[in-house]
Amino acid sequence: MKDYNFAYLDEATKRMIRRAILKAVAVPGYQVPFASREMPMPYGWGTGGVQVTAACLTPEDRLKVIDQGADDTTNAVSIRKFFQRTAGIDVTERTHEATIIQTRHRIPEAPLTEGQILVYQVPIPEPLRFLEPRETETRRMHALEEYGLMHVKLYEDIARNGEIATAYAYPVKVQGRYVMDPSPIPKFDNPKLSDCAALQLFGAGREQRIYALPPHTQVVSLDFDDHPFVAAKAPHACDLCGDAASYLDEVITDDAGGRMFVCSDTDHCATRRASGHAGRLGGSEGAAA
Amino acid sequence: MTPHALTGGFADTPLQAARGFRAILTALSRPGTIVALTGATPPAPLSPAAGVAALVLLDATTPLHLAGAHDSPALRDWIAFHTGAPLVGAEAAMFAIGTWDALHPLDRFAIGTPDYPDRAATLIVETDRLEPSGARLTGPGIKGAAHLSLPETAPFRTNHARFPLGFDTFLTCGDRLAGLPRSTCVEAA
Repeated sequence: MKDYNFAYLDEATKRMIRRAILKAVAVPGYQVPFASREMPMPYGWGTGGVQVTAACLTPEDRLKVIDQGADDTTNAVSIRKFFQRTAGIDVTERTHEATIIQTRHRIPEAPLTEGQILVYQVPIPEPLRFLEPRETETRRMHALEEYGLMHVKLYEDIARNGEIATAYAYPVKVQGRYVMDPSPIPKFDNPKLSDCAALQLFGAGREQRIYALPPHTQVVSLDFDDHPFVAAKAPHACDLCGDAASYLDEVITDDAGGRMFVCSDTDHCATRRASGHAGRLGGSEGAAA
Repeated sequence: MTPHALTGGFADTPLQAARGFRAILTALSRPGTIVALTGATPPAPLSPAAGVAALVLLDATTPLHLAGAHDSPALRDWIAFHTGAPLVGAEAAMFAIGTWDALHPLDRFAIGTPDYPDRAATLIVETDRLEPSGARLTGPGIKGAAHLSLPETAPFRTNHARFPLGFDTFLTCGDRLAGLPRSTCVEAA
């Protein structure tokens, strides 16, 4: 702890990131450029989210870190340890106990509350990037609110597949103005973006962008009148806790076609099992635990 | 430089700046919310809240405009010692501090460009009165509607009308601060 400044980054860097966060909050959905730093982890491991979290942390915070909904995967564990060591803050795996939640590719199942901050790790912040590779052009398209290309892409999905096949990083329009990439969360999570009680901050380290959704911002998933947006998930219930409404991971259990579906949000699943819920395979394990 | 310029800053910068920023972030992301900001004792006429905001946000890369009575030798020295922010005219300012009247005319301040709306000024307006009553606020960060005492409503309506361009505002009074981003729709009470 004494070997580092509080939350690892130097004060000048935190000031720069904090100014970018404030501008991002003032223009919801707009990607603010910032001077992203090298972090002691590779690009793609959440360097943007880590920098945003570092700029927002106070000693009183309780941090939760999830990777695809799970608290116990390598990325989540290492980032949690990083801030325990460099900021000396408390950590938790319980969604409702956390004041800051850094996430990779999921929004927790439990509704977020006023006063919480959700920090997303973002690989490619520009929703138009795979349609138009030039930054100068995509920047101009955002300035002119020229989003026809995105609708063409969704239309081509329908023409080829009969439905909008985009399943994650599903584009949204923020407060009727900017089209935004919600990071690669499953489209199941898109409805939770809108009118969320928590402040949502997005950090892209390699691409050097920060953007934000203030609480209670209106966020609409792009769609067509005759092909409305559907928040899809696997048509099963969790095999451990029995929840039919949560987002599921499919786990291959043997080489004979055996598989099980489990909640991707480990805290949600554990909380349900602790309160007595059990799924197809969760009965005996739940009793033992 | 006066000896007073050397005092009144943070005693423990990393922790006080972190807490200060969280309060400022709360204020801007929830317009109408009034937060307490303490820990700085800048020379008059700068309020403690504006002093904390200056210490949290300003450094040598942020051109600052001091308007009216805030452009005093004592305050210039304090800003120079604690932040190193270059003092500039309103047109070049990334941040501006002053009373509402002193900051006029407002069309001098940067409102960003269509390609880079983030390149807009942040105004820190010192007020005598800051209460959660008066003008009606709606928009991002607000559940339903909020109310905030504003010096005027028309300039903020004009500012919001050119969204995503526009300046962003903090209102300070003593050790309290409220935020009013350009995204907020303001209506007279």
